[in-house]
Parts: sequence; C-alpha cells; structure tokens
Amino acid sequence: MPIHVSLIHFLFISAILFSFGVYAVITRRNAIMVLMGIELILNSANINFIAFGRYGGVSLDGQMASIFVIILAACEAAVALAIVLNIYQQFNTVNVDEINALKE
Amino acid sequence: MTLLASLELFDIIFYFFAFVTIVSAAVVVFSRNIVHSAFSLMFTFFGVAALYVMLNADFIAVTQVLVYVGGILVLLLFGVMLTTKVISVEMKTGTLQTLPASILVAVLAGTLCGIFWITDWLTPVARNAELPATTSSGIGRALMTTYLLPFEVASVVLLVAMLGAAMIARRERKR
Repeated sequence: MPIHVSLIHFLFISAILFSFGVYAVITRRNAIMVLMGIELILNSANINFIAFGRYGGVSLDGQMASIFVIILAACEAAVALAIVLNIYQQFNTVNVDEINALKE
Repeated sequence: MTLLASLELFDIIFYFFAFVTIVSAAVVVFSRNIVHSAFSLMFTFFGVAALYVMLNADFIAVTQVLVYVGGILVLLLFGVMLTTKVISVEMKTGTLQTLPASILVAVLAGTLCGIFWITDWLTPVARNAELPATTSSGIGRALMTTYLLPFEVASVVLLVAMLGAAMIARRERKR
C-alpha cells in the first residue's frame, strides 16, 4: 500500500464506512439507528463520487453528483423521521422487528 | 522511522482525519446507547467534511457541515428524544443477528477493498496546478447551465418532501 495519499486511500475509507453502515442497518432494532446507518452509506458514496472526480480527471461532475446526493439525503431523513414518529404514535415502539402489522 | 519521515503534511492530516472518521463511525455502529451514537455521528460527519476539503471540494465540505450536522443530525436527535423514554433506561438499543451480520459485512468489506486494490485505476496525477483554488463559482455556473433541470427538480423534490413530512407527522388519529 503506497504511503502517500492517493485515490485508493479514499476508496478504502469509503468501503469501511459503507460496511459500518450496512452493519448498522442489518443489526440494529431501533429505526433511528437504521437511519444513521443509511446516512453512513450515503456519506461513503459521496466520498467515492468526489474522490473519482478529483483523481479521475479535473471536472466538477463528481461534486455535482454529491450535491444531489446530499439534497436527497435531507429529503429522506425528513420523511423517514416523520414516518418513524407516526409509527411511534401507533405502536408505542420504534423497534423494527416488533412492527409487523400494517394497521392496528 | 524512514517510513514515518517520508510522510508529508498532507498525508499526516489525511491519516488523522481518516482515523477520526473511522473510529467515530465505529462508535456509532457499536455503541449501545443511542445518544452516544448520535453525537458520535457528528464527528463522523466532520471527519468526512475534512476529507472533502482534502479532495479540493470546499463547497461540498461546507454544505456537508450545514446540511448533515446542522440539519439531519438535529432531526435524528429530535427523533431520538421523541421516541425514546429518556427517564428510564430505555436509551439502550438492542441488536439482532450480530454473528451472521458480522460475517456478511466482513465479506462485503473484503470484497470491496479487494476490488479497489486489484483494479488498475487510471489516475492522471500531478494535476494540482490545474485545479481551481475554489470550486464555488464553477459549481454555481454548472448548476445554472448543465445541471439546470436536475437543480429545478431537486427544488420541487425538497418542497414535496417538506410538505409530505409535515403531513405525515401531524396526522391526527381518529379514536
């Protein structure tokens, strides 16, 4: 592994963040922890976009893609938290393994 | 020592922020206390913003801090506070299927890193001189020309998401 920072270092960091995010999504029972895992996954994707944009060729396309990812992440967080709050009112829990009915 | 002595300042800063990002992400994932996870997520977002700065993406780094730390993290903390019984010991959150998930994620990470390692990336290096000092003006120009349609669609998506979130969260329940 080259010790000087290059593209592959950023790719490794994004791979590790992605794996952590997937782990949180799979194992956590709390719905909000699942959302945090999704945010980690989106961040790792963003790192990849910007790293490829920086090292692959000097253009702003990678950064533009990551801007739209950030916009959609904000939308996703708002809607998902509204749904989680509604689920909490309905079932009095946010554990994803206990929510197994579409209605009461 | 020769290995350490050959490090440049850029490399040292990179390894520091990479360490901060990875360790705080690990705390997010493995901490049992959901409030610890949420606050650790803040350090992850700051570390990722620092990595963006190292990739010459200053505008994205500021956007990351504003949107993620100022917006999404506060939303998540509101969610935690509104759905967790803060007085009792319910702050602890359980986990499921840790062993199969660990194996799956280890395989996933190994596959990804292996692919990244064996791929012969085409990186035109030493392009630092060609990079603009700041990216804000370029991004603004691109948003108004090449990416005008996605930009407008994104604004509509934000509006719809805002209305939808408000409607879902405020819906009264018929008793």
